[in-house]
Amino acid sequence: MTLTVTELTIHHGAICAISDVSFTVPKGQLTAVIGANGAGKTTLLRTLSGLNKSTHGTATWNEHNLLHSKPETIVRHGVSHVSEGKAVIPELSVVENLELGAIWRKNKKEAAESKASVIDIFPRLGERLNQRADTLSGGERQMLAIGRAIMSKPQLLLLDEPSLGLAPLIVEQIFQTIRDLTTSMGLTVVLVEQNAMGALKIADQGVVLNLGKVAVAGTAQSLIADPQVRAAYLGY
Amino acid sequence: MFQLLNTILIGITAGAIYSLMAISIVLVWRSTRVINFAQAGMALLSTYFGYEAMVHFNSFWIALPVAMVGGAGIAALIELVFMRLLVKRSSTGPMAAVAPIIATLGLLGLIKGIISSIWGGADVRLVGPVTNVGYSIGDKTLAFSPLKLLTLCTVVALMLLLTVLFQKSNIGLSLRASAYSPEIARLSGVKVDFVRTLGWSLAGAAGAVAGMFQTVNGNGAFSPESIEFALLLISGFIAAVIGGLESLVGAVVGGLVLGLVISFVLMYISSSLFFIAPFVILLIILFVRPQGILGVKAARRA
Repeated sequence: MTLTVTELTIHHGAICAISDVSFTVPKGQLTAVIGANGAGKTTLLRTLSGLNKSTHGTATWNEHNLLHSKPETIVRHGVSHVSEGKAVIPELSVVENLELGAIWRKNKKEAAESKASVIDIFPRLGERLNQRADTLSGGERQMLAIGRAIMSKPQLLLLDEPSLGLAPLIVEQIFQTIRDLTTSMGLTVVLVEQNAMGALKIADQGVVLNLGKVAVAGTAQSLIADPQVRAAYLGY
Repeated sequence: MFQLLNTILIGITAGAIYSLMAISIVLVWRSTRVINFAQAGMALLSTYFGYEAMVHFNSFWIALPVAMVGGAGIAALIELVFMRLLVKRSSTGPMAAVAPIIATLGLLGLIKGIISSIWGGADVRLVGPVTNVGYSIGDKTLAFSPLKLLTLCTVVALMLLLTVLFQKSNIGLSLRASAYSPEIARLSGVKVDFVRTLGWSLAGAAGAVAGMFQTVNGNGAFSPESIEFALLLISGFIAAVIGGLESLVGAVVGGLVLGLVISFVLMYISSSLFFIAPFVILLIILFVRPQGILGVKAARRA
């Protein structure tokens, strides 16, 4: 059960957003995909979850082809995507946002168990179950977005910039939670981040994207130690 | 005092039917972001289905569900075959935003044409299940009959049913999530395309009930060119706008407000304002509160 991306190429109209990208994410590992604005990180994730179409290449999870399926099918194969910008539905209550994540699951008892474990992980959400999601703080909304994804019983979690627009203290909490989830739930995680240092610190592996191509890939430690990566992305 | 009571009763009954029509317009708007001008045509066609059932079974209580199922089916068919293709074909370019709306105008003409070719242009008649003769208090007759009571009860029951469906069921959650954020709904596993068709079907069924009750509350006669159905579309649309176009509660409030205001204008100012009052109300609302009575200005945050 690995995520395998091979020679993936994605176009936005005439512009090539991702070009010939290959990498694998082994089961139970957290892979950080880092790179500057416009490197193609978000496009990559959106293609893996079925929101965008690819031009060339393959991407498989669990022997399931991710590139020619709809998002609603892909989530049923254990892939949950938390899209960019605190992906919650502001008009719905906290508990409705959570239940939305489990809406396709037939076994309602298991779904209720998932809800209990999400509330266990994020007690703040438990206190605010009946509030509308737009009354939450930025950090709480990000927790809710991740909670909704967990409600879909994922094996592979795709996270798009969970640190975006959050206070440093909250960012640290969110990153720690993501690390804990990966270990405790045995998740496989692809974490797309501009906050390269924060992401690499919790990651097992790292992939550096530059202008739609893989610039460097390796273990997170080796990337942190790499002088070029340090200079270009970690800022010291 | 008696006149005031009558005015209120007339307003509420008319308003209840406008509310249903407004609900069907709101349902379509929320599920596919289309203002469906064909809604009245669909309601008219459904009422013809009801009329056919009435001819065969001679029971309003069979005719009503037949009209509802027929209306839901027609709406689903239009969404599946017509709207989906249209949105795909005209998804870019200057026509993208207006093409579906203009198309529903064309659809309205098409439906009327189909009705004329099947049933002809002459009036047909639909009779209500109970009398439309008003209750009397002493020697006075109230503008409120068993039929109006039934109309009100049916509309209230349907609204309660819809509210429970929307607020308490998974289908309702899918409908709301798809309306607010199709992308997040999809990522959560909601089959958004199916949900859109479902939204149209519910709208079709609600419109059918509006059409049936609008007809029996009038003189019972209707034809493809019935003024009642033109009014039903306009009133439903205005009620939906008063309610802010996004919310079902708003649609109900909008319908009642419209019904009451028209009733008061006709009773206390002049009955010749029948065709003018609704439009004046629409313009006032658009100038004073364009987001609708319950609408919130630019409520969405990222």
